[in-house]
Amino acid sequence: MNEDIFTWNNLLFGIYPYVCLSVFVIGSWLRFDREQYGWTSASSQLLSTAGMRWASNLFHIGVLAIFGGHFLGLLTPHSVFLMVMGDIQHQYMAIVLGSFFGVMALIGGGNLLIRRFSNRRVSVTSRASDKFVLGWIMATLILGLTTIPVSIGHAGHGDPRVVTAMAEWIQSIMYLYPNPAYLEGVDTIFKLHVFFGMTVFLIFPFTRLVHVWSAPFGYLARSYQIVRSKKLKYQSR
Amino acid sequence: MKIRAQFAFVFNLDKCIGCHTCSVTCKNTWTNRKGVEYVWFNNVESKPGIGYPKQWENQEKWKGGWKLAGGKLELKSGGRTSKLLNIFANPDLPEIDDYYEPFTYNYARLQNAPLSEAAPTARPLSMITGDPMEKITWGPNWEDDLAGEYAKRSVDKNMDNIQKEMYGQFENTFNLYLPRICNHCLNPACVAACPSGSLYKREEDGIVLVDQDKCRGWRFCMSACPYKKVYYNWESGKAEKCIACYPRVESGMPTVCSESCVGRIRYNGIMLYDADRIEELASVSNEQDLYEAQCKIFLDPNDPAVIAAARAEGINEDWIIAAQKSPIYKMAIDWKIAFPMHPEFRTLPMVWYVPPLSPVQSQIDQGNLPVGPDGAIPQAGTMRTPVKYLANLLTAGKEAPIVSALNRLIAMRSYQRSVHVEGVADTRPLDAAGITEDQAKEMYRYLAIANYEDRYVIPTGHEEERLDDAHGFQGQNGFTFGNSSAVGISKISMFPRRRKESMEPAELAPSADKE
Repeated sequence: MNEDIFTWNNLLFGIYPYVCLSVFVIGSWLRFDREQYGWTSASSQLLSTAGMRWASNLFHIGVLAIFGGHFLGLLTPHSVFLMVMGDIQHQYMAIVLGSFFGVMALIGGGNLLIRRFSNRRVSVTSRASDKFVLGWIMATLILGLTTIPVSIGHAGHGDPRVVTAMAEWIQSIMYLYPNPAYLEGVDTIFKLHVFFGMTVFLIFPFTRLVHVWSAPFGYLARSYQIVRSKKLKYQSR
Repeated sequence: MKIRAQFAFVFNLDKCIGCHTCSVTCKNTWTNRKGVEYVWFNNVESKPGIGYPKQWENQEKWKGGWKLAGGKLELKSGGRTSKLLNIFANPDLPEIDDYYEPFTYNYARLQNAPLSEAAPTARPLSMITGDPMEKITWGPNWEDDLAGEYAKRSVDKNMDNIQKEMYGQFENTFNLYLPRICNHCLNPACVAACPSGSLYKREEDGIVLVDQDKCRGWRFCMSACPYKKVYYNWESGKAEKCIACYPRVESGMPTVCSESCVGRIRYNGIMLYDADRIEELASVSNEQDLYEAQCKIFLDPNDPAVIAAARAEGINEDWIIAAQKSPIYKMAIDWKIAFPMHPEFRTLPMVWYVPPLSPVQSQIDQGNLPVGPDGAIPQAGTMRTPVKYLANLLTAGKEAPIVSALNRLIAMRSYQRSVHVEGVADTRPLDAAGITEDQAKEMYRYLAIANYEDRYVIPTGHEEERLDDAHGFQGQNGFTFGNSSAVGISKISMFPRRRKESMEPAELAPSADKE
């Protein structure tokens, strides 16, 4: 047995991502299959609506934009990316958009977090998982925002290595050819952010986050009225 | 023509005594659970008053129901795109305090308190937080029997276009009880507003339900319902609403609220209607025509063409017979004494109301109320409750149909009075009100006697028709293959727990000795 395989770097960035993704996919599927009754946004707006319009919209739009940014920025193959922009431009774009939507989510989420813990009605009726998951997302967000000054430093020296290393690493995970070595030289703050971010996927199926799967775009194409008949159709076996 | 059957209601406000038995039996049956302590599928309001939740009738405030946008029906709060844009925070959602903060009392302390000079007291405890509440300032029926300041109660939307000041005077004051449940509308705004498509109308009986598995807690049903009869269970994160007691109704029994009604004011029955005309009739331009428009959607269950079409649609013979004997049809269509509540919301509601007469005998005796030719029963326009108020409630402000209905109710009484007091049947009031002697006798039987079998004409649900071939049902009973026991008995679950027990005093109140 090769002892070098079980380094922290390999465990965290070679194996842990697969644990998170597996639990994310299988857990969501299992829960959707078994626990539809618990599958909900678990809104607490009824109990306290003050400030929710600002806070909830800022948080949700910010977080969704950040997720989309990570998805496009990290999963687009390098060769395709280079057709559109260079690595340094990529980095600056990530810094600018990340700061903008990050601060947006920070303001909104910060308000939601304060409300979650200090509003008596919301706090008492929260599940432990509601508090934990919001706290965890906010920690991930703050870590992500903390990487920005570091990133600006790198970009200032014309050094795009961190961005490209991250992208190459996550793509190696996605291609099922994990290469955690990409992250070995990367600053700790990035690694911490990556760990927290991966863990969001791990806890996803066990929390209210599952409502993300149910974003109701189908509504746009649906007729307003729904009539259901109790008549059963014969089912073939 | 697309014939459908609708399980419908009439509530006779003339006989409602505001005892709240309907509310209590409904509460004990359906909403005595965690997360819905504040929910009353059935509630009774004292009118004039702002009701439950506060000012629910004011759609400038809550944006419930439908509007006409360029002649087309659209949700008043905005269409599909606006729903998705507002999904992170519903701008029209009532807050718990618009209903009320549910409370119980620390009953356990009455038994557990250590021996003391003064008798122990049971303090109110919030059923949301469990905290003691210093002062209770609002409840589901805070305005009971005109409690509270008139200035606050008269914010009631039905007081629009009425000289409010006059009715604030003690001698002019009026009161009526308004029992409310889900209207199981023909054009439900809650169904239309649900982004996940979890709300639906049942084809067979028109009952509107929330699919608890499909609901994702987006909350637009709550604000879209202009009657505010869809509620949010904050424990489960799902919408809940009156289910018209469908497990009872399917077995031919009246709803719990109807069955338990002490005053016998509730009627359950079947109406046949043409589903193809819903959109056309819900979008007539003048609000005041909506009551008559809705009357046009109903089909005559004795018309051979309708019967043939209903059979072709697969409607059971039982249901056709029930529709022919429907007390709802008699009151709404034959006698025209029942009206939909707030037709201007354009949802085509299916709980109809007989307006109250509100006679005051002592006023008549003192000659303060002008009476009809029999010298005993006051004229419709002179009742304590202003006709305008009833019209604002039931016909979008159109007074003529209300006056006609009140006149018919009065004529029926006057006729019965002549028979029983004078011993001579006087049909002149009937002629004036446009009803026949037979109709008056039948109205008397339905409204005054209100026999059980007349009030409730409910065909069973015909479960056997769920499959065309009954053989398909064999092997269906016994243990389930579903995960109906998925809640389990284990206290530890990977997934959020499904349902907690309702928070009751036993759990809330620690032994007083430990304090």
